Order: sequence, then structure tokens, then C-alpha cells
Amino acid sequence: MFDQILQFLITGLTTGAIYALVALGFTIIYNASDVVNFAQGEFVMMGAMSTVFLAAGDNGLPTPLAATLSVVLVICVGIFLQRFAIAPARGASVVTTIIITIGASIFLRGLALVVWGKDIHGMTPFSGETPIHIGQATLLPQNIWVMGGTAVMVLAVHYFFHYTMQGKAILACSYNRDAASLMGINVGLMMMVAYGLSALLGAMAGILVAPISFTSYDAGVMLGLKGFSAAILGGMGNPMGAVVGGLLLGLIESLSAGLISSGYKDAIGFIILLLVLFIRPSGLMGKRSSDRV
Amino acid sequence: MNRLRGPIILAAILVALPLLFPDNYFVTVVVTTAVLHAILAISLNLLMGYAGQISLGHAAFFGIGAYSSAILTTQHRLDPLLAIAAGMLITGTIAFLIARPILRLKGHYLAMATLGFGIIISIILVQAGHFTGGPDGLGDIPKLVIFGWAVESDFHWYIVMSTILILVVWLVNNLIDSRSGRALRALHGSEIAAEMMGINTTAVKSAIFVLSALIASFAGSLFAHQQSFISPDSFSFFFSIELVTMVVLGGLASTYGAIFGALVLTFLPELLVVFEDYEVMVFGAILMAMMIFMPQGLFVGFEKLAQRLYRKFFASQTIDKEQRDVA
Amino acid sequence: MRINKKSVTAIAAAVGISVASSLATAANTIKIGTFLAVTGPASFLGDPELKTLQMYIDSINADGGIDGRKVELFHYDTGGKAKEAVKFAKRLIKKDRVDVIVGGSTSGSTMSVIPLAEKNHIPFISLAGSVKIIDPVKKWVFKTPHTDRMAAAKIFEDMKKRGISKVALISGNGGFGKSGRGQSLALAPNYGISVVADESYGKKDTDMTTQLTKIRNSNAEAILNFGFGSGPAIVTKNIRQLGIKLPLYQSHGVASKKYIELAGSAAEGVRLPAAALLVASSLSNSDPQKQVLLDYKNRFEAKHGSVSTFGGHAYDGLLMALQAIDRANSTDKKKVRAEIEKTANFIGTGGVFNMSPSNHLGLGLDAFKMLEIKNGNWTIVK
Repeated sequence: MFDQILQFLITGLTTGAIYALVALGFTIIYNASDVVNFAQGEFVMMGAMSTVFLAAGDNGLPTPLAATLSVVLVICVGIFLQRFAIAPARGASVVTTIIITIGASIFLRGLALVVWGKDIHGMTPFSGETPIHIGQATLLPQNIWVMGGTAVMVLAVHYFFHYTMQGKAILACSYNRDAASLMGINVGLMMMVAYGLSALLGAMAGILVAPISFTSYDAGVMLGLKGFSAAILGGMGNPMGAVVGGLLLGLIESLSAGLISSGYKDAIGFIILLLVLFIRPSGLMGKRSSDRV
Repeated sequence: MNRLRGPIILAAILVALPLLFPDNYFVTVVVTTAVLHAILAISLNLLMGYAGQISLGHAAFFGIGAYSSAILTTQHRLDPLLAIAAGMLITGTIAFLIARPILRLKGHYLAMATLGFGIIISIILVQAGHFTGGPDGLGDIPKLVIFGWAVESDFHWYIVMSTILILVVWLVNNLIDSRSGRALRALHGSEIAAEMMGINTTAVKSAIFVLSALIASFAGSLFAHQQSFISPDSFSFFFSIELVTMVVLGGLASTYGAIFGALVLTFLPELLVVFEDYEVMVFGAILMAMMIFMPQGLFVGFEKLAQRLYRKFFASQTIDKEQRDVA
Repeated sequence: MRINKKSVTAIAAAVGISVASSLATAANTIKIGTFLAVTGPASFLGDPELKTLQMYIDSINADGGIDGRKVELFHYDTGGKAKEAVKFAKRLIKKDRVDVIVGGSTSGSTMSVIPLAEKNHIPFISLAGSVKIIDPVKKWVFKTPHTDRMAAAKIFEDMKKRGISKVALISGNGGFGKSGRGQSLALAPNYGISVVADESYGKKDTDMTTQLTKIRNSNAEAILNFGFGSGPAIVTKNIRQLGIKLPLYQSHGVASKKYIELAGSAAEGVRLPAAALLVASSLSNSDPQKQVLLDYKNRFEAKHGSVSTFGGHAYDGLLMALQAIDRANSTDKKKVRAEIEKTANFIGTGGVFNMSPSNHLGLGLDAFKMLEIKNGNWTIVK
């Protein structure tokens, strides 16, 4: 029984780590611009798909180079999204921006469909496929890559926002845009940095997980949805909340699939999320909102 | 009289269409679908546009209505009209039970909660195969008979759906103009201010939530009888998002905007089929562009555009006239 | 350039004639309608199906058509959604006024269109798997792919031969997986097999080790996976990762090279029932299907890359419909329907079809071959 639970935990943490990265992407954009970016899942898909295609064939690039180029490409997509879809609609209502990002996600999916086709693609694992045994439980080197990669990126994001000028400037924009602007912060530039960073996290998540779960042009939809759920579970706007929310959601799904019912595991995840919101309307670690009159 | 003007114009258009284009696929099939979508969009707009509460789970109520009708008429041989009522009762009860805890949430949390509710319902539709037929769906739903008249052809359904749309518009218009309607709009402006004015905001919000769910359930029952076969993918969260898009695209807090949004979003894919593989991409681009350039919705957007053109036209005329006068 | 009156009238006459003749052919074309899941989660079905239809209709037209009549294809993408399927089927019937419908990639979209085909009296050959499509028999509805019930039967037959009596079931929660699961649960007792675990996964799930860990701890002697898309490949890899040594059976839902490519070495030893198309070249020369299979495979692969059995279903449906129209000498829907029902000894990619009023599929269990994956390729289990 213990081995079984251990296996569930390993699976849950791996999936959860990916949710956490996607959720963190949501949080950064939300903090910078008050927008919930429903195209976050598409960043994940594009990171994986473009790596697959850059590394494909006999003349393909080596995977690390392909991955780096893909991340740069996705960052550009993120900046484009901010510049040409979000910035022009400044001052639009929350639902309007939601529809814009949904439109963007449909557009990017359609673009991927046209450019890369409809096939499902695999990616070679970074360090082989020999399972590592812990008692009866096993994990793949790629699981360690996913969990380790997520940990490194979470720490890097933390460092960026708390110890660099740029990071602090983005935080300043999120607290008070006008004041930040008066302090000489280039708000427009900071917005682009935030979107680029968020795209980077998404692309990295996609590249890390593709060797385990494969990828296709429509792989971003579910991950985007789960990432959003994780961000809400942890409390929208709190980066650590997003990470906790992601890991927790992954664990809940895995444990309920293992111990209750695999058919209803997603439903159980959402029921728990709803219950959390009923008790804590701002998520686990979110700030209690006070209404402005 | 003013309250009746809209429904009358709408009725005139809906009567004229099949007379102008008899037995036309775009009228009897696509407009009928658009009308069904319009009924759903109006009900969602009550909640989103007037009460200011976002919902990304509206398809769930539509689905509960549809499945209630389907299950009760096929497995329990209930009369279709009774089944519709039973479906509304079931949906209303569920909506009533979740209204208070869900509507306590705000903004993105509310969006997430309604989204989660919608997904839970669609998972149940897929997993509870004994009742729902699972992903393969439920078939052989009997046809609807209203006072001895069997609704069979697409044209019959055009008549039924159109009539119901006009009734719903009339009902909603009356509601908005009523005392509770004013309370509703106050709520959208500022909940706290409304509370200060002595409006029981929680009760008003819950009532609207339930009413909105009831209309969706009714539409779902009609849909089940119209299709005579239903499967869970018609009630997925993608459809919820499509409905929200209709409402926002048309323009929040405008019943005719919701109709307009439903019309545009139903016809657009029909027209985009020529793009084949590019269809998804073009659809996304159009959606983004419309929201970026007309953030208040197409209805308001077109109105403004018309005004601007009108002013431009008249302004240039006056200038011409002035110049002539000077000369 | 001097233009005289004569040449002008000649040109006008020529234009007039060509317009008239093109109008005549337009009125006379054989109209084939289809609605397929070209995009969306079931695109691996709809995409090769559409390519097959287009490829064969082009070549038939290049050869002069059927009885001198050109064939015209009307196609719509459902994205795998039942509601879209209904709408587009109505468009095919009402607006395009097609003579016959060959389409419906998924069982859900087919089931939703059946009432329309029955009501409007239009011959409809479905390309979807579920046995419910033809059982009970519907007057106007036929299908070409083997049913999920046949797949389950073929698998259990093979298990019985190997002496396996306890099986763990894991299925995708889409229409295909659910329906296959249902058929498996219903059929297993007939073969003296008990289902000791019954797990499922979502179509976009990224990891199934949790479900498989439960299966490992059951006393199953083999694992059966019903599903399509990325799911079965992930299941296959996860099984090897967990070090589970049990024989793995997949369904015909993975019958394309893509599965072997995705699952890699983990796919070695996996068995599945599939149409002979995948092993065309290793059939004996006396096999009646061999020529048809090689011909289809070579033509498809010359243009579109690796062949799958799914496109083959579209080939079967299209040719069956066109041959029925040819035999009927008209596109009168009643006559065409009757002729489709009389299809006998039709050699398709899925097998040799013999339709009858009580059997609208016309394939026997022998149309399925039990395959095993060896060295990254399909081999026939003797």
C-alpha cells in the first residue's frame, strides 16, 4: 500500500509541477496587467511543438539548441500578444479581455494547426528512459527533470521579482500603474517583459513535459484550464499560491484517481476547488478582497 | 408601447425571412440555430449584462434541461411537455442550491467556480453512462407535440423557436423595466451602493441566477426534441465559452446585442467553411479584432460607427453650405 | 490584331457551348457528401479519411467519372462535435442536395445524424466504429469499419488461446474508449474471462501511472486498453516504466504507424486486432485483398505519408457507394440504397464485404487480423 501511495505521489507531483508552471504564468500576467490570459496553454503547446519540429529530421538542430530557439520564439509571441492584442484594448472590461485572450488562444491553435499539422508528436527524453526504483515505485529521469526544472524556475522568478530592479518595477506597475509611470518606469516595456516572462515559463513547461505526455496542436487547452484552476486554488495574484495550487491540484487528481475513481478524478479536483472557494472565496493564499465603493 | 416595439420589429423580421427565402437552408436551419443561441445568450446576459455576474458554466443548465427531457421521455415515457417542466424544476433546484455560495465569489473566482461547475456536470454526463448513454449519447427522443400539433420539420422548429425567442425578449424587457429590474441594474453599477439603497443584493442576484438557469433549461429541452439525439459534447465548457462570447460580442446589458452576438457567432463558422484548415485561425483572428476594436460589443460599435458616418456626412454638408454662403 | 465578325461569333459559340456543357455536367454530377472530424481530437481519423475521398474522387474524374458523370465532393469539418455534424448533415441534404453521404468519423457524430438520414431517406455510409450504428439495423444506414464488438471478440479469442482468464481494462473516456469498454465488459464472460480491474483516463491526460499502479496490484494476467490518440501510447510507455510484464492488448484505435513511433520500444510485443491493410505486403499472394490493399497503400503513401486503416474505411465507403450508383444506373436514392444493401463480394481495405438486409456491415470476424508489434513493425500472429 505504501509503495502504491508513493507512486501516486510521484505522478501527482510531476503533473502538479507542470500545472504550477502554467499557473505561475497566469499569475505574472495577472499581476502586471489585471488580465487573465487564456492563451497561456498555447505557450506551453508552442514551446513543445516548435522544439519537436526544429529538432526533427536529419538536419534537425540538437535538442538544447532547438529548445532555446523555441523559448525565444514563444517569448516573441508573448510580447506580440501584449503589444497588439492586450495593449490596444486597455481599459476594456474584464470579460472583454477574457474574450480577447480566448480569441488569441484560438488563433494560435489555428496557426499551429496550419504550420505544424494535426499529428501527435513525441520528444526524446533528456536523460534516457531507464526507470529509477524507489521500493516498488518507479520514476523516470524525465520526472526528475520536470520537478527539478520547475523548482529552478520558481526560485528564479522569486529572485527576479524580489531582488532585481526590473522585477521590482513590474511589481510597482501592478500596484499602481500611474504612480509607477511618474517614477520614471517605462510601463509599456515592463508589460512586455511580464508577458515575455510568462511565455518563457509556458514554453519551458511544454518542453519539459513533452517527453512524458507527447504534444499536438491542441495540447494547450487542457493544460491552460488546469493552470488557471491551480492559480485560482492558490489565490490569484500570489506567485507562491500558484505553485502550491498547482502541486496540490496534481496530487488531488492523482490520489483521487488512485484511491477513488479514475473516471471522476477531474470532477473530484473541481469539487474540491469549489469547496475551497466556498470556504475561502479568494483561494488558499489569496488576499481577501475589499470592495471599493 | 415602447416595450413592444422591439419584439414587434423582431417578429416582423422573423416572419419576413422565410417568406423572402422559402425552404432555404440558411433560414430554416442556421437561423433556427441562431435563434436557439439567442435565447441562451439573452438568459446569460440577464446574469452577466444586468446583474454583472460572470458565468462560464451556462451550458451546464442547458445540458441538464436537455438530458432531463431526453431521459424522462425515453426511459420513463413521460409526456414531452411534462418533461420540460420537470427539467426546469430540476435545473431550478440545482441553480437555487448553488446560487448563494457561488455568487458570494467575485470576478475571476466566480468565473472559475462557474467553469468548474460546468465541467463537473459535463463529466457526469460522460461518466454516468447508465442514465445518459455516455459519450455516445442518447437517441430516439420523441418529437414534441404541442396541443396536438407535432413539431417535425425544420420549418416547424423555426416557428417554435422564433415564437419563444419573441416571448423571452418580451419577458426580459418587462423584467428590466420593472422595479426589480431597476434593482438589478443598480447591482451592476455598484453592489455596495445598491445594498445601501436597501436592495437585498444577494436575493436579487440569486433570483436572476435561477431565472437565467430556467430559461437555459427550457432551451435545452427544446434542443433535445429538435435534435432527437443528444451527446455530452454539445454541453461542454467550450459551448459555455461560446455563449459568453456571444453576449460580450453583441454587447453586455443589451438584449438585442445578445441576439446580434448569437447571430454573428452562428453564421460566422458557416461562412468560414471555405477556409478549410485555416478556419480555426481566421475565426480566432476575427474574434480578437472585433473585441479589440469594439470592446463594448458589435451592437454599440456599429451604432457608434453609424453615428460617426452620419455626423461626418452632415458636417461636410454644413461646411459646404457655409463655404457656398461665404462665396 | 484584326477581329472579324466571324471569329467573334465563333468564340461566342464556343463559350456558349462550354458554359452549356459545364452546366449540363454540373446538373449531372454525382454528389457525394461528407462530414468528418478533420480537426479536433479525432482528426487522426478525419484527416486521412478526407484525403482518401479527395484523392480517389480526383482520379475517378480524371478517368472520366462514373457512366460519364463526374463525381463532386461536398465536405465539412465537424471538429468531432455531434452538434456540428447535425448542422452540416442538414446542409448536405438541404443545400447541397447530395445523393449519398459517406462520412461521420466518430460514433457520436454518426449516431446524431442517423435520425436525419432515416427521415430524409438518404443513403448514409458511416466511417465510425460503434456497433450501435448498425445494430439494430437502420434502413438507410451502413458502415464500413469493423465494430468495437468485433475487436473485443478478436482480442478475447486470442487471450483464450494463450490461457489468459483475468484481464485488467483501461479505457479512454471518449466515445471510442467508453463504447469499447462496454462491449468488452459484455463479451468477456462468453470467453470465460473475468475483468478484474476497470480504469479510465481523460483524452488529454499526461500520465496514467496511477491507474496502472492499481492494475499492477490486481491479479490480472493481461491488460486491455481501448482508446485512441496519445492515450494508448502513454499507457504503453507507463506500463514499461512501472516494470509491468503482463501482455498488453490494444484496440484497432491505434492501427497506425504513429502509435509505434510514439510508444517506441515500449510497443514491442503489443498485440492488437486490425485490418489487413497494415500488413498488406506480408499477405500471401492468393489473398483476394492483397492487390486492393497494396494499391491503396501505395497511392496513399505516395501522396500523404504513412497509411492508416482509418483512411481505408473511407475508401471502402466511397467505392461501395459509387459501385452501387453504377449498378443502379442512377442516383435515385431508393435504388442506390437497395444496391448498397446488395453489395456482395466487395473487396475493400477492411475485408470482403457482403451486405444483406439484416447486416449493414457485412464483415466477418476473419476480416480482423491479430497483429503483434515486433522490431517496430506489424507482424501477423499465426
